[in-house]
Amino acid sequence: MKHIKSLSTRKLQNTVKTGGCGECQTSCQCTVGNQSCEH
Amino acid sequence: MVHQYRQNGYNIVMDVDSGSVHVVDDITYDIISLYSDHTRSEIAEIVKEKYSSVSKDEILEAYSEVQALVDDGTLFTHDVVKDSIIDFSKRPNVVKALCLNIAHDCNLRCKYCFADEGAYHGQKRMLMPFEVGKQALDFLVASSGSRVNLEVDFFGGEPLMNWDVVKRLVEYGRSIEKEKNKKFRFTLTTNGVLLNDEIMDFCNREMKNVVLSIDGRKEVHDMMRPFPNGSGSYDTIIPKIREFARRREELGLEYYVRGTYTHHNTDFSKDVLSLADMGFHEISVEPVVAPPEMDYAITEDDVPKLLSEYDALAAEMVKRYKTDREFNFFHFMIDLTGGPCVYKRLSGCGSGTEYLAVTPDGDLYPCHQFVGNKDFLMGNVWDGIKNTELRDTFKSCNVYSKPACDDCFARYYCSGGCQANAYNFTGSVNGQYEIGCILQRKRIESAIMIKAAEADIDGEEDQEGK
Repeated sequence: MKHIKSLSTRKLQNTVKTGGCGECQTSCQCTVGNQSCEH
Repeated sequence: MVHQYRQNGYNIVMDVDSGSVHVVDDITYDIISLYSDHTRSEIAEIVKEKYSSVSKDEILEAYSEVQALVDDGTLFTHDVVKDSIIDFSKRPNVVKALCLNIAHDCNLRCKYCFADEGAYHGQKRMLMPFEVGKQALDFLVASSGSRVNLEVDFFGGEPLMNWDVVKRLVEYGRSIEKEKNKKFRFTLTTNGVLLNDEIMDFCNREMKNVVLSIDGRKEVHDMMRPFPNGSGSYDTIIPKIREFARRREELGLEYYVRGTYTHHNTDFSKDVLSLADMGFHEISVEPVVAPPEMDYAITEDDVPKLLSEYDALAAEMVKRYKTDREFNFFHFMIDLTGGPCVYKRLSGCGSGTEYLAVTPDGDLYPCHQFVGNKDFLMGNVWDGIKNTELRDTFKSCNVYSKPACDDCFARYYCSGGCQANAYNFTGSVNGQYEIGCILQRKRIESAIMIKAAEADIDGEEDQEGK
């Protein structure tokens, strides 16, 4: 693309079916914004 | 929902519900701002009028790129989660993290301490006995269901004032991991006064992360973090935490130096850079949370200055990227491509449900900031959660339970904010601490701008390498 550079094309909506295991680290203001999935 | 902003020369477009982020040129920035309310030909006309030197073909080309992102589901997406999928109140009751207030006592008298200088609001000064800590770990294991990864933070007061119990609890935790099929992640938060070689060596073997408290410049630190006799603590702790951080870095282990800024140092970027220039690479300096009547509390009048400080800090971090002066700033760290699932993003820290604080005599509270407020006493480590109504209140806390989050672009990065801050400022755990929200939004915008700049720098290096 000439006019747009995408830093991320993730689709959080796709994690509705795969997420929710709860193994990820507790976050506090890692924060949710920088933590990893630990599934 | 789409959020657009300009910072440090970058035009940034966040697609809130998908989590996608795009950097665009000026024409495209304007096209996106018009996209929802205008037709393709109307947009072409409006943009052409503004950019007279740009051909119509180029404008339509940019429009096509925008349309491609829309078709791909990474721009102008909608919230498909709300109402239909997640019922937070039906989440299983699982505990996976404890904050052990291993000492309700402290060797400093920090003016802003929410632990009331280690005394926790009228509770007697005391150290947690080993038996209470052991029972807390047993409670955690028994309450954790099928969760494997468990977290225990040694907190206070000052946890090093009860160091032998810390060591014994770590050893006990390790001794039951295999049998119980659990993995403990131990962490420690300390003011550094009592650090010595033996403590550092033990922490480097057993603590996944250590948080070392220092506010930045000496005069700032000493004003807010004195010893009981009123003298500053900076000169005592600096050599110790520098050595500790050096050893952690050498071993590839996590640490943070962590400070608090207040109304008295709204120029806090200088404190961050002071820490960076001392050689610390993992830094957090955060706004004080205090009742408005305190002389050091952040005020609404402070906000414009604080926002400009975040701008300045972000620009400086871009300058330092890939130099030997580079460092990480906790609130500017962001994962744009991976990160946790939507459930985690909506529910946040899990205080009062997945995460609890334990007092030295075994009482349970929703988190370390509620300790001592009897309205939030949830139970104890022997009997478990007795106040199930309170647990259910916290279990229902999420982005959708907070009206202020409805139209906020930051909601998937901040998860609705801190329940304790909301309660302290509004009387409701679902309330909005407005100053906190304003600062959080600026931090997220800055973090994404830094990512855009880093991508540019990386791209230039790739070009030079060809």
